[in-house]
Amino acid sequence: MARLPGLGPRSARRAVLHLMAKRGMLLMPLAEAMAEVARTARDCLNCGNIGTADICPICADEARANGLLCVVEDVADLWAMERSGVFKGRYHVLGGTLSALDGVGPDDLRIPQLARRIEAEAISEIILALGATIDGQTTAHYIADQLEGRVALSSLAQGVPVGGELDYLDDGTITAALNARKRM
Amino acid sequence: MYLSSLTLSHFRSHRLVRLSVDARPVAIFGPNGAGKTNLIEAVSLFSPGRGLRRAAAAEMARRPESLGWKVTGILHGTTTHEIAFSSEGGAARQVEVDGKVASQVGLGRIARVVWLIPAMDRLWIEGAEGRRRFLDRAVLSLYPDHAQAVLDYEKAMRERNRLLKEQVRDPHWYAALEAQMARSGAAIHANRLAAVDRLTEAQREAETAFPVAELDLTQTEGEMPGSEAGLREALAESRFRDIAAGRTLVGPHRADLHGVFAAKGVPAAECSTGEQKALLISLILANARALAQDESQPPLVLLDEVAAHLDANRRAALYDEICALGAQAWMTGTERSLFDGLGGRAQALEVTEEAGESRVSTVALNP
Repeated sequence: MARLPGLGPRSARRAVLHLMAKRGMLLMPLAEAMAEVARTARDCLNCGNIGTADICPICADEARANGLLCVVEDVADLWAMERSGVFKGRYHVLGGTLSALDGVGPDDLRIPQLARRIEAEAISEIILALGATIDGQTTAHYIADQLEGRVALSSLAQGVPVGGELDYLDDGTITAALNARKRM
Repeated sequence: MYLSSLTLSHFRSHRLVRLSVDARPVAIFGPNGAGKTNLIEAVSLFSPGRGLRRAAAAEMARRPESLGWKVTGILHGTTTHEIAFSSEGGAARQVEVDGKVASQVGLGRIARVVWLIPAMDRLWIEGAEGRRRFLDRAVLSLYPDHAQAVLDYEKAMRERNRLLKEQVRDPHWYAALEAQMARSGAAIHANRLAAVDRLTEAQREAETAFPVAELDLTQTEGEMPGSEAGLREALAESRFRDIAAGRTLVGPHRADLHGVFAAKGVPAAECSTGEQKALLISLILANARALAQDESQPPLVLLDEVAAHLDANRRAALYDEICALGAQAWMTGTERSLFDGLGGRAQALEVTEEAGESRVSTVALNP
């Protein structure tokens, strides 16, 4: 348990003792659910999302085939996008970012699959929703460079968060917000 | 900007030192190996980076305990902050500002520290790396955002160098990294040019006993493109050459600082040892003056063993200029008499060593 991300030895111990105390109520159902997931979970062959079928529910949903494709780093980012409920298109999960130092190259990232999806799913726009880090931006740049001319490309805006005050923003964010200002 | 208190716990030769000081310069004297430089090394931590010895956090722990160390200080600038640095079990140094964990880049916006240490005595005649580092310290003090540009550039360059070493041929991957390098690299270059101009101007305007150093930003090899697009193009063009070399051969990481003793028109590298040192003092003072003007407060100035190289007249001039600046300059020397003439204009600390432990006591200077 202590090897799980977000859990230290102390919190892992607490969780284990809690499960032991509630064997019937918690431990057994959890163990069964985990065994079920371990048996059925798989990556979507199309987009890399996780699910229990070869094609995930989002890719299987014809209503979401609206020509928009959102590229994210990992499944956590996909869930974050889905939480907002605003995006009605499909996703493509890269499974990380390009990093020569960590030995992660384009072929490790489902980038070839992304290129194939453009024609197969009649994609009209690809939205690059990658992190504003050096690795995230390098990956975005790489994809943009590869797909240029084949499809419309866009990236998420950077700037003032909703409900945010300027006073609390760092200089880089303020610069980005100013550069991406909108006419009113 | 000045420190009003400084506490060192298990830092190098100091087991526990609590200092209360005021905004005046601090003269530190004592025998060799007593722990004077360790004291100003602790002050140098207030600037982003690894301090004036460029040491890893683990090296700063007091031996033989090696328990970890902590340095705390109250820094008065436009605002007052309690800043703490600590490292435990050889882990990386942690910075806290007013009790909250802060980044090194954030620290740079609060504290400005410039220094001159004996290791820089051969700066003008040794490799470009030392001069580049000296310049970048000045740049960082004038433009704190420089730190982020340098971090971004180095990160992207490490990635690109890995591709070069592994002989990866994917042009899109190179282009993506080069775009990042060009953006931060152009910012680094622009900051350095601006700092060279600012230092030159600050030397010209000042009435000083120290010689003006004419500065020029050069490259150890080839040309530095002047724009982001130019740098991007140069990196792309250099790929084949870089693969053969296994590293990136163009960019701001190959910059050099050329200095000339202006009054004589002689390159700094060909000047006498004393003149070379005088040029460096001139630049440090110019840096402090520029900050005093632009930020309306002088930085902390650290001068390790600076008095030893100067004759009595130059020494008196240095003290006068520091006092005129109003900078809290932390200066070390082996003898109390080196600081004669400062009198009541400065405070003094005597550092001695007993059984492997440094002792610091507050004393008065001769008028």
